Amino acid sequence: MDTMEKLRILSDAAKYDAACTSSGAQKSAGRGGIGSAEAVGICHSFAGDGRCISLLKVLQTNACVYDCAYCVNRRSNDTRRASFAPRELAELTIAFYRRNYIEGLFLSSGVSGTPDAATETMIETLRILREEYRFSGYIHAKAIPGADAALVRRLGMLADRLSVNIELPSGASLQRLAPDKTKAAILGPMGLIQGGIHESRDLVRFRHAPRFAPAGQSTQMIVGATNESDRQILTLTSALYTRYQLKRVFYSAYIPVNEARALPPVGTPPPLWREHRLYQADWLLRFYGFSSEELFDKTEGRLHPYLDPKCHWALRHKEIFPLEVNRAPYELLLRVPGVGVKSAWRITRARRAAALTWDALAKIGVVTKRARHFLVANGKRYYAAPAAKEDLLLDLMSPRERALYRQETAPVRQLSLFEEEIPTLSPVERKELSCLAAPM
Amino acid sequence: MSRRPDVKNAADAALTYRYDGSFEGFLCCVFESYTSHEIPTAIIGPDAPEGSLFDVKEISTDEEHAARVARSIPARISPAADDLLRHAFLTCLPEKELVMLRFLRQGYRYGARFLSFASNEEVWRLTEAVKKMLHEAHLLKGFIRFSDQGGVLVTTIGPKNFALPFLARHFAARVPEERILIYDENHHAALVYRPYESAVIPMDDFRAAPPDEEERKFRALWRSFYDTIEIVPRHNEKCRMTLLPKRYWRYMTEFTKDAPPEMERIGTGA
Repeated sequence: MDTMEKLRILSDAAKYDAACTSSGAQKSAGRGGIGSAEAVGICHSFAGDGRCISLLKVLQTNACVYDCAYCVNRRSNDTRRASFAPRELAELTIAFYRRNYIEGLFLSSGVSGTPDAATETMIETLRILREEYRFSGYIHAKAIPGADAALVRRLGMLADRLSVNIELPSGASLQRLAPDKTKAAILGPMGLIQGGIHESRDLVRFRHAPRFAPAGQSTQMIVGATNESDRQILTLTSALYTRYQLKRVFYSAYIPVNEARALPPVGTPPPLWREHRLYQADWLLRFYGFSSEELFDKTEGRLHPYLDPKCHWALRHKEIFPLEVNRAPYELLLRVPGVGVKSAWRITRARRAAALTWDALAKIGVVTKRARHFLVANGKRYYAAPAAKEDLLLDLMSPRERALYRQETAPVRQLSLFEEEIPTLSPVERKELSCLAAPM
Repeated sequence: MSRRPDVKNAADAALTYRYDGSFEGFLCCVFESYTSHEIPTAIIGPDAPEGSLFDVKEISTDEEHAARVARSIPARISPAADDLLRHAFLTCLPEKELVMLRFLRQGYRYGARFLSFASNEEVWRLTEAVKKMLHEAHLLKGFIRFSDQGGVLVTTIGPKNFALPFLARHFAARVPEERILIYDENHHAALVYRPYESAVIPMDDFRAAPPDEEERKFRALWRSFYDTIEIVPRHNEKCRMTLLPKRYWRYMTEFTKDAPPEMERIGTGA
């Protein structure tokens, strides 16, 4: 099989992994070497689905002894199998890298023999890159559950980022859909990686000590294959950030690739809106000082379908708004819809020079369309007075959210007499929507 | 205007400055504006077509005048203002010289705190223009596609801003052992690099040679990877266009096709 055919098979098999970031490491090539990394990460292209292409994302092999129901590469699937020889893949990576196609390599693997053997092949690929080509570009490697601790260590010394995919957000789902993997088999290496990162942080006092996965650890969860709620997913996420110090948790809207009784049928559209809401909530956890509990009301299990979770939170905490933008502390500014991390920081800096007006806020980058409902500048509300109560909800939505809301709730509103005969929102959703239209 | 007694009123000062297009030349325009107590209505470069409505004043570049103005900016406003101005000069902001002049006249009045005036029009316009330029430079770090031409990595780009100077350090750190040529066809300049030095030089034209067999092979591999990696049920054209604007596409391997080898041989007359 030629390289072209292998690349097609092994990138096709790897593409359902959401992570493609090259961020978190900053370094440049030494003389005689090749490869640098920028802390912000660099996207080299964007695929037709709008996702960033930063790394050459491939599997070492797609042959696998496991039979996970959600996975394209499971043993019982009748797909073509291929494997890269370590040297072949290293050469391809360097040829792509020189031409500036990619920022580095994202290497994962099916388990063709034992987890140890699969890990050893990956290690050999990375060794050739690091030692023979003296490649210091970005490498993200997947740790394989069940591999020996010493091998995971070695992999971590060669890679910038290591990850283990949780895939399914609960032990029960895992048992049902990935009978060969257990929660312990996944969390085990995760703890191991975290330990490695910690140890090597202590070592960096010696400037040239090799570092273990300097760009940290990430994971991925599949959303919509099983019935965990948003609340369960975000509680788990939050624990991963605090307990395992993960850098990123990725969410992947499930696209049915296999027919299985326990899974949505092939052809079910991926729950992209839900994935989007989870990412919005994830950002609130990492950069805005929110806790996962704050994002939900007592009874809710899911995030608001039509509203950004930050807007939703603000609407439920009308007692603290409107805030005076010239006096509010940074932590509260961060909680204002329409104010981001950068604009909150710019506000605190700019207001030292002169009191801020709405004009200044717009120039700073505040989204006045949303922020006007929650801020006053120098005692003044935004010149366009807040919309009528029931329009407030609509006003806080983006055009796309508004279209979705109108499309999905129109029958409920127009035909409320025949409620039981038509598809409607669940009682919880309807309660949510009605309480949103309440006066602020 | 009325609050500035040192400046003639707008009607009297309805004139155009023409300078040589260099940063020093611009500084001399600033010098002229102060010594003649006037604010021009336009500042144009050497190649701009002459407007017949206004008088055109030729501003010759005087090193000493330029140096005086250059010293005054970090001293009387701030080093950050100096930085902003030098960056802004490389942007594609329309009438940037005029905006920069207005920026300086206010900057001298307010001093170091001027840069933090969040609602000032000139501060905002220059800051935004620089932000956009640095963003374009960041995008180019990813979107540039090199071809290996006899061991030299070559490419053509067509950015809106003069972003070449911001790419030198990046590629020197990335591939220090390579020789590189990045030709900017909009600004007729090129970034050239060889171990371990780089320069931005004027260049009228550059045309890459047709790809050899190995180059074709890797281009084909990359195109195949690009097409395969898309998750088709998630196709999102609008998202792609926002993140990867169409104006970059014609320089990128994944959106272009190689002519069959025999066509190229005919095309080059070989």
